[in-house]
Amino acid sequence: MLDIIETANKEALEIIQNGQPTLVGLGVAGEVIPGMAKDLFLHAGPPVTWEKMSGPLRGGVMGGLMYEGLASTPEEAAAYAASGKLRFDPCHHHDAVGPMAGIVTSKMPVWIVENKAYGNRAYCTLNEGLGKVLRMGAYGPEVIKHLQWMETVLYPVLKATIEIHGPIDLKTMIAQALQMGDEVHNRNKAATSLLIREIAPSILKTSFSNEEKIAVLEFLNSNDHTFLNLSMPAAKATLEPVGKVKHSTIVYTMARNGTEFGIRVAALGKRWFTAPAEIIDGLYFPGFTKEDANPDVGDSCITETLGIGGFSMATAPAIVQFVGGTPKDAVRYTTSMYEITTEESRAYKLPTMNFRGSPTGIDIRKVIETQVLPVINTGIASKEAGVGQVGAGIVHPPMACFEQALEAYVNLLEDEGLLEE
Amino acid sequence: MSVNDLFKQELKVINLGLKSFQNDLKSQGVTTVQVNWKPKAGGKKNMLNLLGRISKTKKL
Repeated sequence: MLDIIETANKEALEIIQNGQPTLVGLGVAGEVIPGMAKDLFLHAGPPVTWEKMSGPLRGGVMGGLMYEGLASTPEEAAAYAASGKLRFDPCHHHDAVGPMAGIVTSKMPVWIVENKAYGNRAYCTLNEGLGKVLRMGAYGPEVIKHLQWMETVLYPVLKATIEIHGPIDLKTMIAQALQMGDEVHNRNKAATSLLIREIAPSILKTSFSNEEKIAVLEFLNSNDHTFLNLSMPAAKATLEPVGKVKHSTIVYTMARNGTEFGIRVAALGKRWFTAPAEIIDGLYFPGFTKEDANPDVGDSCITETLGIGGFSMATAPAIVQFVGGTPKDAVRYTTSMYEITTEESRAYKLPTMNFRGSPTGIDIRKVIETQVLPVINTGIASKEAGVGQVGAGIVHPPMACFEQALEAYVNLLEDEGLLEE
Repeated sequence: MSVNDLFKQELKVINLGLKSFQNDLKSQGVTTVQVNWKPKAGGKKNMLNLLGRISKTKKL
C-alpha cells in the first residue's frame, strides 16, 4: 500500500514518461496563444513588473514595442512600457515558453507543439540566432530588421513546410540528439541537423522562390540553437499536465525573469515560489566579465525540469567548451541529478552513463533532504538593456524556492487532514 | 587481521566528514577519497521538522 505522496508522484512520473511532444505547425502568437492580445507582452520566468524588470527583459520589451510599431525609438519604447498601457504576464501563464528574456508579442511567429498523449499544446517563438538578439535584451535596428525577416520570410516558408511534411515526433528527435552529443539546452547542433535533414525536402516542395528557400536553409544551418525553441516547448508540453496532479511533490516548472527564479510544484498548482536569481558561473565572451552579467534569466530551464539540458550534460561533453568545466564535471553533474529525481527516462538515454535514462522528476523533498540543487546550463545576458549575450555558464536555483514550496506543501496536507498524528 | 597489521600496509582512506582530515592525510602521501556528504537537510531544524511531518501521510 503506497502513501498519498508516493501514489501522486507515480502518477506524475507516468505523465512525464508517456508524454508525446509533437511539432504540429506554426502560427502567429496573437492568433494561437491562449489569452494573447496586442497590449499584452509575455516574458520569461515568474511574474514581474516593469519597475522590477532586469536589463535584458526591459531591452526585450523595448525592442518588442518597436517591432510591433508601438514606439519608434528606445526612449519612446521605455516611456510606453512605463505608462501602464502595456500588460505583462509570464509565458508560462499562456502555455508558452521563451528563452532568455522570453519576450513574445502578438505579431511574432511561434512553433506549435502538441503533447499527443494528453492533447495539450505549448508555444515558443522561433530562435533568432546568437549575439545581438531580442531574447538577450538587444533592440538595435538590426535586431528589429531580423525579426521582420523572420516574420515575412522564415515563418511563411516554415509554416508551409510543416503543412507539407506533417507532424514531427520531437520525442524521438530529442532522444536521437542525446545520443549524438547534444543535451538540447545549450548544445543543439545534432538536433538542429536532424531537423534540417527531416524538413529540407519539404522546404524544396513549397512554392516559395529559390532565393527564399535558400535564405531559410542557410539561416537554419547557421544557427545551432534553432532546435532550442523546439526542445523547450517539447519539455513544456510534456510537463504541463503534471501541474494538475494533486499531492505530488514533483516540480513541473523552473523559470527565471532575470530578477527572480521561480518554481511551481504539482500539488501547489499555479503558485510560484520565488527568490532572487543567482549570478552565473561561466565563460565570458572577449571583452566581458562577471561584472557585465545579468542574474539568471529565461524559461529554457524547462529542459532541466524534464531531465534534459544540464541534467543530461554527461551525454554532451563538448558543451563544456561553451559553459566551462571539464567533461568529468559534466558526468558529475548528471550523476548528482539522480539524487534529487524520481525515475530514469524511458525515452531519453545517455550513452556516456551506460545508457541510463536521464534523471527525471525533481522531487522537492529530495532537494531539501540532500541539499543538492538542480544544475542548469545557460546563456548569460548583459545586465544592460540593448547589449545582448556576454557568455554562458552553470547556475543553480536558490534553495529558498524549494524551502518555501516544502513548507506550503506540508501546510496543504495538514489543512486537508492527510497527515497522521 | 589485527590493527597493527593493517597499519603496516599501505593505507587507502575513505574520509567521511571534515575535509581537513583528508588534507592532513594527503599531505602525508596517503591515498584518500573524500565522501561528498552533508547532514540531512543541511542540518536545518525547520526543514527536518517539515520532512518529518510528511513522512507519515495517510495510506490510500
